[in-house]
Amino acid sequence: MSTSPDVRRETRPSSAVAIDVAAVRRDFPILSRQVHGRPLVYLDNAASSQKPRSVIEAERSLYEGYYANVHRGVHSLSMESTDAYEAGRVKAQAFLNAASTREIIFTRGTTEAINLVAATFGRSRVGAGDEVLVSGLEHHSNIVPWQMLCEEKGARLRSVPINDDGEVILEELERLLTPRTRILGMAHVSNALGTINPVAQIVEMAHARGVPVLLDGAQAAPHVAVDVQAMGCDFYAFSGHKIYGPSGIGVLYGKASLLEEMPPYQGGGDMILSVSFEKTTYNELPYKFEAGTPNIAGVVGLGAALDWVTGIGLDRIAAHEHALLEYGTARLLEIPGLRIIGTAREKAAVLSFVMDGVHPHDMGTVLDYEGVAVRTGHHCAQPVMERFGVPATTRASLAVYNTKQEIDVLVAGIEKAREMFA
Amino acid sequence: MSSELRELYQEVILDHSKRPRNFRELPAATGRAEGYNPLCGDRATVYVELEGDRVKDVSFKGAGCSISTASASMMTEALKGKTRAEADALFDRFHRLITSDPSRAAENVAPELGKLAAFSGVCEFPVRVKCASLPWHTLRSALEGEAARVSTEETEASRGDADGKTRPEGSS
Repeated sequence: MSTSPDVRRETRPSSAVAIDVAAVRRDFPILSRQVHGRPLVYLDNAASSQKPRSVIEAERSLYEGYYANVHRGVHSLSMESTDAYEAGRVKAQAFLNAASTREIIFTRGTTEAINLVAATFGRSRVGAGDEVLVSGLEHHSNIVPWQMLCEEKGARLRSVPINDDGEVILEELERLLTPRTRILGMAHVSNALGTINPVAQIVEMAHARGVPVLLDGAQAAPHVAVDVQAMGCDFYAFSGHKIYGPSGIGVLYGKASLLEEMPPYQGGGDMILSVSFEKTTYNELPYKFEAGTPNIAGVVGLGAALDWVTGIGLDRIAAHEHALLEYGTARLLEIPGLRIIGTAREKAAVLSFVMDGVHPHDMGTVLDYEGVAVRTGHHCAQPVMERFGVPATTRASLAVYNTKQEIDVLVAGIEKAREMFA
Repeated sequence: MSSELRELYQEVILDHSKRPRNFRELPAATGRAEGYNPLCGDRATVYVELEGDRVKDVSFKGAGCSISTASASMMTEALKGKTRAEADALFDRFHRLITSDPSRAAENVAPELGKLAAFSGVCEFPVRVKCASLPWHTLRSALEGEAARVSTEETEASRGDADGKTRPEGSS
């Protein structure tokens, strides 16, 4: 098995050049379809984003041209597939600015990445009476794995409260980082509210107490530039499907020193060096954590997605989305009876709202008939809903291909729902 | 507005969702149950006062979408004076209606449904079936509770019966 070379970060285009949205939209075949006779307005990107042609083509050319199992055969197809698979790892390493490809583990997604850390690192580090700390704006996937771990170990899961704007209260974090805290799990960007956490500062605070940090980057990776070395985090997880890549593939970054001490997650093929009935020697990083035939097409597609994002430039994507967020926020606030949930100063392009007299599910149904796809419900973040005293919200989440005109369609749809129900 | 949307949100449904009838607690209740739909956060408490085998009074409290609120409101109107067996039979009819194959919904509009026939449009919206059925599941629980003389604080939405449309919550 060859080790891939370490790669420097690519220089990204200047943020001064605005995105050509029309050209971007042409890259996404699905955006030309209609829903209920209206042009699709896809505003459910925080749940999952659409795929550019290059991602679809990457998977197609793999299956049509050189597909075989990886890390196995001496035949040409297996070697070509292995090269493509490992090239995906190099792209993920460059994308996160990880120090080495040994630190890049492919998983099914962010959820599996967090479960992996909880089940290996967590299980070996957390004992009875210890504490695991998360924040009050986490997705269920950064709560439940830790809860399961705490239950098993007799440890305690604690959470850092958030303020009325949906920001983590750093004084509370300071207070809750105790000598018993074994790990801190924190969203980089909140899925329900859009809050961008000051992660570098949070990591510094945790490390000052000797507490390792896992960052859930599922909502961050598609929208803000990620540099794991600059942030200093110990683990970082993100999903392919939210960053214009395939579903069923994700990345766990971990510091090599920690990954080396961790026991394997699952046993099977590919994660071993030698097996006898007496003893198995585990493979080296990162293969120790990739048991079984991996999601080869997923990695190839993810690589194409990361290429696509890097080609546009995350700083330009962030600038475009921020302009949309400001426009959308202003438009939504013009609507009587509408309240935006999540008003952090640092915010990604998420517009979560409730409206007097209109239940989110009715809102979602009416908007669907305007061609507008939004998410309604608790967004897998019930503690956040509880904090704001609402059972559910309607959430419009934006991506690089969205436009101001689409925000206008959203606003017109909301007005229609208000006329019907309120 | 599209015809499907108009079918779903018929005038009578909008009316009951904005001005729900029998929206109150019932101090004389002989049975009571809470229904909860964790997916959308809808909550409904149904109170029922039986006199012998007959529903003397029935009411509800709670918060939900227009479909679940209207369904609860119209259910309370439809049930007064009915026997338990009649209430059960009506629920079966209603359930058949909202889970119909949309192309055959008309066949399931039974005359005994009366105003409840307004919910025929729900079958076009599989994810909204739970909204319409939540109050009825809760009612059934309230009636059973009275018979068994136990406290009925269970969540009917999780009963996993014929509403095979209940799905796990998706990704964030």
